Amino acid sequence: MKKKKQLFAGLILMALGLGTAQADYTLNLMKGVTKVSNDIYDLHMLILWICVFIGIGVFGTMFYSIYHHRKSKGHKAEQFHENTTIEIIWTIIPTLILIGMAIPATKAMIELDDVQESEMSIKVTGYQWKWEYEYLDNGIHFFSSLDEASNKARQMNSGIDPRSVPNYLLNVDKPLVIPTKKKIRFVFTAADVIHSWWVPDLGWKKDTIPGFINESWTSVDKAGTYRGQCTELCGKDHGFMPIVVIAMDEPDYNAWVEQQKAAALAEASSADKTWSTEELVAKGQSVYETNCASCHMVDGAGLAGTFPAITKSPVVTGDIDAQVNLMLNGKGMMPAFGKILSAVDFAAVVTYTRNGLGNSVGDSIQPSAIQALQSATPAADKNE
Amino acid sequence: MSAVVAEHDDHHDHHDHGPAKGLLRWIITTNHKDIGTLYLLFALAMFFVGGAMAMVIRAELFEPGMQFVNPQFFNSMTTMHALVMVFGAVMPAFVGLANWMIPMMIGAPDMALPRMNNMSFWLLVAGVLLLASTLFMEGGAPASGWTLYPPLVLQTGNALPFAIFSVHLLGISSIMGAINIVATIFNMRAPGMTLMKMPMFVWTWLITGFLLIAIMPVFAGAVTMLLTDKFFDTSFFDAAGGGDPVLYQHIFWFFGHPEVYVMILPTFGVASTIIPVFARKPLFGYSSMVYATAAIAFLSFIVWAHHMFTVGMPIAGELYFMYATMLIAIPTGVKVFNWTATMWKGSMTFETPMLFSIAFVVLFTMGGFTGLMMAVAPVDFQYHDTYFIVAHFHYTLVPASVFILMAAGYFWLPKWTGHMYDERIGRLHFWLSVVSVNILFFPQHFLGLAGMPRRIPDYAVQFADWNMISSIGGFIFGASQLLFLYVVIKTIKGGTGEKVTDEVWEDAAKHSLEWTLSSPPPYHSFTTPPKVIPTEHF
Repeated sequence: MKKKKQLFAGLILMALGLGTAQADYTLNLMKGVTKVSNDIYDLHMLILWICVFIGIGVFGTMFYSIYHHRKSKGHKAEQFHENTTIEIIWTIIPTLILIGMAIPATKAMIELDDVQESEMSIKVTGYQWKWEYEYLDNGIHFFSSLDEASNKARQMNSGIDPRSVPNYLLNVDKPLVIPTKKKIRFVFTAADVIHSWWVPDLGWKKDTIPGFINESWTSVDKAGTYRGQCTELCGKDHGFMPIVVIAMDEPDYNAWVEQQKAAALAEASSADKTWSTEELVAKGQSVYETNCASCHMVDGAGLAGTFPAITKSPVVTGDIDAQVNLMLNGKGMMPAFGKILSAVDFAAVVTYTRNGLGNSVGDSIQPSAIQALQSATPAADKNE
Repeated sequence: MSAVVAEHDDHHDHHDHGPAKGLLRWIITTNHKDIGTLYLLFALAMFFVGGAMAMVIRAELFEPGMQFVNPQFFNSMTTMHALVMVFGAVMPAFVGLANWMIPMMIGAPDMALPRMNNMSFWLLVAGVLLLASTLFMEGGAPASGWTLYPPLVLQTGNALPFAIFSVHLLGISSIMGAINIVATIFNMRAPGMTLMKMPMFVWTWLITGFLLIAIMPVFAGAVTMLLTDKFFDTSFFDAAGGGDPVLYQHIFWFFGHPEVYVMILPTFGVASTIIPVFARKPLFGYSSMVYATAAIAFLSFIVWAHHMFTVGMPIAGELYFMYATMLIAIPTGVKVFNWTATMWKGSMTFETPMLFSIAFVVLFTMGGFTGLMMAVAPVDFQYHDTYFIVAHFHYTLVPASVFILMAAGYFWLPKWTGHMYDERIGRLHFWLSVVSVNILFFPQHFLGLAGMPRRIPDYAVQFADWNMISSIGGFIFGASQLLFLYVVIKTIKGGTGEKVTDEVWEDAAKHSLEWTLSSPPPYHSFTTPPKVIPTEHF
């Protein structure tokens, strides 16, 4: 048994000496950047030390016995088989330790649960496989998916070394931005299956459940970038929907809000202009790779039995209005993209699928036409 | 006693109670030893099948980036690895041990319901084969985790109904096995074998039997609701139709939490059987062991939602499930203290079964510690669904249940076959296993705390080093198990050539009745009841 421990200590040293560039990995829970996450960290350390202490007592006794009370040393077995006093002691002492643990745990739990008096609210919706963020106070709204560099590197045998990608699998195209030192209430739901939103630095995770609303809150003390991941198995790309939260001090945050509002206006006006087929196809490719490729594959080949191919698909090469309708309202596992994509992105990706990925139908659709359809159809029911 | 039985064995031609000849013997057998052997061999085979799936998982996780399997197949592997190991390996192995040992331990000739015994084994085979067949179906095997949470599980391809019917078959098989065990223990004990004289293994299985009878129908109900949601337009778990996906999780874990105790209680029983023999002392605190087992079984029914602390329960629910879960530490602690006290001032020797049992006590306790940490709801908000959880439940399953199954194999193989296993290879197997299992699972604590979620096929590069170490441990552990296969085959074929005594281990007959029978024991264990009943209080 001693040998085992020595070997293990050796392994730890070996690992520490491996000398890779990732100096920032940790062995322990992170303290995080909120009061709650610090309370949780303290609670974690308290219980860890209690366990270590009990472990030393129990294993120490056992190893003493294994060393001294062995037949090869000529030790004769005693034949006792009960002792009421000691049995009562080792029932009562653990009970007292547990009560000692339960008190701070209850306090932390009550603190975590209290979403009252929050200063702003953000709605988080989980999708296969991205996050939607809606700022309920100022109307800012966007989707956040795995960044392009990680997405390319994570393809099977991509030939790209993940170590060469900054923040591999922990980076997104559009991070969630929050102000520091404000109590922010999050409300969580999901569009398809259950996901779970976790940023370790905030100290908690919460499941996002289709048809139900969950709540949680945070108040970040320090400006910075905090990364996390989906933690509830949600299908094939569960490992590829990270979360990035950027906490900004008040003035920076306000500037960001203004910038977002301006960008939303520009986006709306670009829907009014007339786009050429080439422009649409060019834009459509990146929209496709972000929103469609995880199921229909980058080359449009789909996945036999689960996700239909785009290339030579009767829908994509058939009537354009039928394709637009299907994409607006969704079908089965296919989400209703009418609500997810902007009019420009929607028109671009329709045009791209009809004129790229091995298809050459030749027609296109204008963003203005999509805009008219989006405002005409009520938000589609996403559950089939 | 053994003399009487040996005579019976030699003259079985004058009545027709011997085994049938050839392959048919194994298909139609109603004998508790034959069925026990079938269960154990089937479990061993499935241990390697499930292990091969684990090797696929560890190979993909060896380095960051996607190298060997696509993410969908990776998810199928984690799902099938768990289902095969739980329902195909660990549970059947303990049913196999129960079949072999319980009649011999309580002084009975056979199990109470021998025909049902045969049927429950073959239903198990049918269930596992049906499950395995889903690997070859369009859309792939289930990939939603062994918990089969909706709505995700409803996205399974053609495999879904087959997986659900397989769960039904496995459930029926388990229930029949459990009924048989409970009926045997209540009705077939030799005169004088009172409940409080039964070996701990029998006690733990009696309690486990009741757990199984209570929970398997619940699981069958849950998956049946999945079936009707998918094919008959019901909305049990669909919010759009007035249902609730979280309802499934409540039902599943009402089954699932006792289910993990189904795998650990018989483990406790075997450990309580082996440790006293090699410490040459009676088990310390026999009656408190019985009460602790019953307490753990009772608590297992009222703590289920600690698997769901992050689903958004009201605070009263969170606090209740936290307090109730913490309580489990008390009877579990009593057990660990009792095993330590059993070793204390004994006269210990360290044959392979004892080595595995000591490793079990130490490493299971470590799994218990992390379990206590996770019981604390606010801290579980960080641990939940990370590799910390993976490390925890593997510590309570692999170096606990699996190690004890190995210990049981080494402990009773000489009794079952009449041949001694190769102690040198047994010890080599132990040391390789105990070192590699820690290289495999200990780093996963660090990974989870550092923020690596479970069930992901690829990971951020700061997790690379510990994943590689964990994978190396996994490969060594996997390869080491081939030694066990070798030992088992060699022992069946004649072992070391050394003829074992009836007792096999020094003074073992003081502890339990099976050691009063010949090695190997007669086809029908006790045709006349034993006259002297050993007790743990000798």
